Amino acid sequence: MAILVIAEHDNQQLKPATLNTVNAASQLNQPISILVIGSDCQAVAEQASAVSGVDTVLVADNAAYQHQLAENTAKLIAELASDFDYVIAAGTTTGKNTLPRVAALLDVAQISDIVAVKSADTFVRPIYAGNALATIQSLDSKKVITVRTSAFDAAGTDGSATITPCGLVHANAQSEFVSEELAVSERPELTAASVIISGGRGMGNGENFSLLEKVADKLGAAVGASRAAVDAGFVPNDMQVGQTGKIVAPDLYIAVGISGAIQHQAGMKDSKVIVAINKDEEAPIFQIADYGLVADLFEVLPELESLL
Amino acid sequence: MKVLVTVKRVIDYNVKIRVKPDGSDVDLTNVKMAVNPFCEIAVEEAVRLKEKGIASEIVVVSVGGSEAQEQLRTALALGADRAILVESTANTESLNVAKLLAKVVEQEQPSLVIMGKQAIDSDNNQTGQMLAALCDMPQATFASEVSVADNSVTVTREIDGGLQTLSLQLPAIVTTDLRLNEPRYASLPNIMKAKCKPLATVTPDDLGVTLSAHTQLLGVNPPPQRSAGVKVKSVAELVDKLKNEAKVI
Ligand SMILES: Cc1cc2nc3c(=O)[nH]c(=O)nc-3n(C[C@H](O)[C@H](O)[C@H](O)COP(=O)(O)OP(=O)(O)OC[C@H]3O[C@@H](n4cnc5c(N)ncnc54)[C@H](O)[C@@H]3O)c2cc1C
Ligand SMILES: Nc1ncnc2c1ncn2[C@@H]1O[C@H](COP(=O)(O)O)[C@@H](O)[C@H]1O
Repeated sequence: MAILVIAEHDNQQLKPATLNTVNAASQLNQPISILVIGSDCQAVAEQASAVSGVDTVLVADNAAYQHQLAENTAKLIAELASDFDYVIAAGTTTGKNTLPRVAALLDVAQISDIVAVKSADTFVRPIYAGNALATIQSLDSKKVITVRTSAFDAAGTDGSATITPCGLVHANAQSEFVSEELAVSERPELTAASVIISGGRGMGNGENFSLLEKVADKLGAAVGASRAAVDAGFVPNDMQVGQTGKIVAPDLYIAVGISGAIQHQAGMKDSKVIVAINKDEEAPIFQIADYGLVADLFEVLPELESLL
Repeated sequence: MKVLVTVKRVIDYNVKIRVKPDGSDVDLTNVKMAVNPFCEIAVEEAVRLKEKGIASEIVVVSVGGSEAQEQLRTALALGADRAILVESTANTESLNVAKLLAKVVEQEQPSLVIMGKQAIDSDNNQTGQMLAALCDMPQATFASEVSVADNSVTVTREIDGGLQTLSLQLPAIVTTDLRLNEPRYASLPNIMKAKCKPLATVTPDDLGVTLSAHTQLLGVNPPPQRSAGVKVKSVAELVDKLKNEAKVI
């Protein structure tokens, strides 16, 4: 019984999501290997070898894997899976894109977005936008799983796994990378931040998000948004928190000008402390907020900034 | 070119579900059902391709009980040309749905398959990727822009760090994200017309697929409930509470 964890990375840095995934995997009490698929990704392999509780790092380093497209990476993972009983990846857009393809190639189900490990074959996962938690038993001999990283702490980084190259190359003639537009921000990533301040439609426009950014700077916080704010073009899509955006669980989540639709709550209701700032005292967000302030955000935000 | 679109019948997105008291499943009795929002976006995208003269025929497919005909009729009213119901209520987990859809794809030979990225009941986010694997087709998930050229489709995808653009050879599978388009409403005349459009029903047997269970649902629980906390009167009080009571800043 052994576990293959797929590393989340950008060819240079191992992403923190991998650490949460390894921690989830470690609850199965089986030897863990990490697979790094990429191009010129040796630095990632070294970072992965330091993750606590990992025995081996397999590195498939080839130009064919540069953008980690699903068509060939899934074939590689499915091939390597013959030596493992579990294939586990973070529930990021990369994991969500690739792993179901692996599961289908292996003719097994995928258990998506687990939030708890009950036993070797039984897992808990949210359904219906987190309004119910399903306990699911896998009947397959091989288990393909994605992990909701916000539900697991990060593994440590005091390990010393051996690094083994993997020379298997699957070409991909079906799909081709064209371009990428990645958000650059000095702030922490949403899924790794301990404090998040998010704005909704109530922010009025994109410029007004600078009011949130000033508060975020004081708190070392990440800035998020509701779907309405993203749809209205105030901010880019990678800032969306919710059922279909990012799922976060920081120590502190401050919702500003967000009504609190179930789809938004699905992405943030597991935060430790929730603050809601909204001028409508009936807004549903107040039903889950530890601290609510009924007020105009345009008055609150500058004052908040000055008091921090 | 032929475009195949999948639609799933799910709970209406505005409805807050309840777990059955015996914890066996969620309670769907008398709950309003609808087309999965991401599938509506998929239908809309196909209709726009037809309006641009790129798509020649739109076939919608659903896997489910006979009541899913309702959602297929909705898709027909939005502009699809004909519908296929794969009537199956047992073992409709994603892998099995993908296996049934793979047979339909084999029969229909579409150039493009458009699906939702996720069904808002299971929140699985996997059927499209599985279908792509079974048909050995390229995939572009979480699409926010789709443009079709001769033998390829260029898709902008919403990924965690921002946006990524891929070019796929046709036939290909695309799954929709929310910002791909805003679906239209069906007009009354189109709803009437949809009643006469062809809707075929097939069974897994007809398709030659035998399904087995890969997972078992052991139970469903309500999530831990959060209760409303306190209302603070001022920003100063809020900052004080966060510092000294919650100790999070
Ligand atoms: C399939 C599907 C998936 C979805 N996924 C997501 C998702 O992942 N994430 C998500 O967020 N949504 C999602 N949604 C959308 C969701 O249903 C809501 O429409 C959305 O969350 C609303 O955003 P909002 O709270 O910013 O806007 P609104 O609901 O319009 O709320 C704006 C709030 O701002 C307040 N306000 C206005 N002005 C001020 C002011 N000056 N001071 C203080 N308060 C003010 C108002 O009182 C109001 O409560 C999804 C919907 C569907 C159908
Ligand atoms: N029973 C079904 N019938 C038709 N399409 C489905 C069905 N289940 C899933 N799909 C399609 O696959 C997408 C992703 O679903 P899922 O993987 O279950 O989250 C949905 O948006 C649908 O387009």
